[in-house]
Amino acid sequence: MSHMLELENVHSFYGHIHALKGVSLHVDEGEIVTLIGSNGAGKSTTIRTISGLLNPRRGTVILEDQRIDGLPAHQVAGLGVGQAPEGRWIFPKLTVLENLEMGAFSRNDSDGIADDLAYAFDLFPRLKERIHQQGGTLSGGEQQMLAIGRALMARPRLLLLDEPSMGLAPMLVELIFETVTNINRQGMTILLVEQNALMALQVAHRGYVLQTGEIVLGGDAKELQTNEQVRKAYLGEE
Amino acid sequence: MSPTEVLIQQLLNGLTIGAYLALIALGYTMVYGIIELINFAHGDLFTFGFLISLSLFRLYGATGTLVGFELVWLFTTVLLLTMLLTGILNVVIDRIAYKPLRKAPRLAPLITAVGMSFALENIFANWYGSSQINYPDFFPRVDILREWFQMDTFVLFTTQDLLLVGVTIPLMIGLRYFVQRTKLGKAMRASAQNANAAAIMGINVERVIMTTFFIGGALAGAAGMIFGNFLHTGRYLMGFDAGLFAFTAAVFGGIGNITGAMLGGLIIGLIKAFSDQYLAAQWTRAVIFAILILVLVFRPQGLLGQGEAEKA
Repeated sequence: MSHMLELENVHSFYGHIHALKGVSLHVDEGEIVTLIGSNGAGKSTTIRTISGLLNPRRGTVILEDQRIDGLPAHQVAGLGVGQAPEGRWIFPKLTVLENLEMGAFSRNDSDGIADDLAYAFDLFPRLKERIHQQGGTLSGGEQQMLAIGRALMARPRLLLLDEPSMGLAPMLVELIFETVTNINRQGMTILLVEQNALMALQVAHRGYVLQTGEIVLGGDAKELQTNEQVRKAYLGEE
Repeated sequence: MSPTEVLIQQLLNGLTIGAYLALIALGYTMVYGIIELINFAHGDLFTFGFLISLSLFRLYGATGTLVGFELVWLFTTVLLLTMLLTGILNVVIDRIAYKPLRKAPRLAPLITAVGMSFALENIFANWYGSSQINYPDFFPRVDILREWFQMDTFVLFTTQDLLLVGVTIPLMIGLRYFVQRTKLGKAMRASAQNANAAAIMGINVERVIMTTFFIGGALAGAAGMIFGNFLHTGRYLMGFDAGLFAFTAAVFGGIGNITGAMLGGLIIGLIKAFSDQYLAAQWTRAVIFAILILVLVFRPQGLLGQGEAEKA
């Protein structure tokens, strides 16, 4: 059986910086896989390489049975890759509703879109309260909810979440991770990039550790939580 | 002519000039909103609209004032064809001069824009010659107030002024509807606000940019044609002046802001009319730019602009 997503020996550059040095990983259908690592390890670069905002210099990215490396971002999105990017990238001058509509840009099934809109409001009732407010006026937590809701509006087969907990108060972090688990239970395959390694490993099935552009460890999330090296480097233990 | 009549006349003049300046200004502001480029060739699209519509009328064999059914269908057809062709020209300009430089430093497409403007002006000079071009009264000219309303006044408002307003306002309303309500219009605003975010939503940003160039060009083409039917004279360089005023209007209203461009166009039109009347035509440019400088000193983002983050 083929994987939902597979990266094989991917090399990516940011200008002249060799940001990914042969990254290989895979995500299977129905899994939450987390990619952890410190600042500058290449986590967001991996996400950008998958979503087509960055084209790898070498290596392959395969979504189910199709190669997607080298495709422009809007085509990758059209193939079913949804993304809540680092920094959220909310459209500040569009309303909450318009932001969500943009998430469904590639779709034409108005009934299905209406269902998914209801689902997004169900997940995040706060968004419904703010439906006609401009995206730029939302708080950080609300913007994160909107970013995730917007990504779900495409009804993606694979959801990329890049640092969803960044800059949020602990209570909101909790809420976001709960939602991630919920979405996954309903069948969504998720690749979760996080600096908050502890939380990420608690919700994920499997994980990879990225260090200066290379995968240095990978395996079952429970095992990674108890791994000496991980505990020292990312879970803040001496 | 009484002072009141003079005032009313200049208000009307200002509104009509403002209307076509606003149409041109929209093209500057929409393109800037989405790729942060001042399309210096944009004024020349106005000239192209003037010239190509004249050619289309001639191609049909029209030489003088049209009447009845012929007026309606021929005028509409020429207007639509002019908008279509000018829109396509703007897309072609983008393909040749700006698209290859999308990721280059911003100065590069600015230079090619200036070059494009010169190239177009020289093509126009070869096409129609470099002297004044006469644009016949294809659209009938009736003094509305005197002939339709039997008013005894010196204020002149003709059917050709009405045409200008009657074409401009529906186009602006249509544009606003398109940008605010339609899916593609929302994608346009989204791409202007964050192109990468738009791309990961599945929006083909290059196609959105193409649409923007097309619409901006079509509006400038319409402006050129109704200008011809309104002032009846033009020249291969006419787009330089009109473009300069329209660009000023766009900056005045807040570059990147569509409502701002409409407002800026009207204000510049009014200033121009009043300055022509109460000062002297040779002072008009100085007045307009003095006011522009004042606005930019005290409100650099323009009347409706909201700083760097605000676009479209």
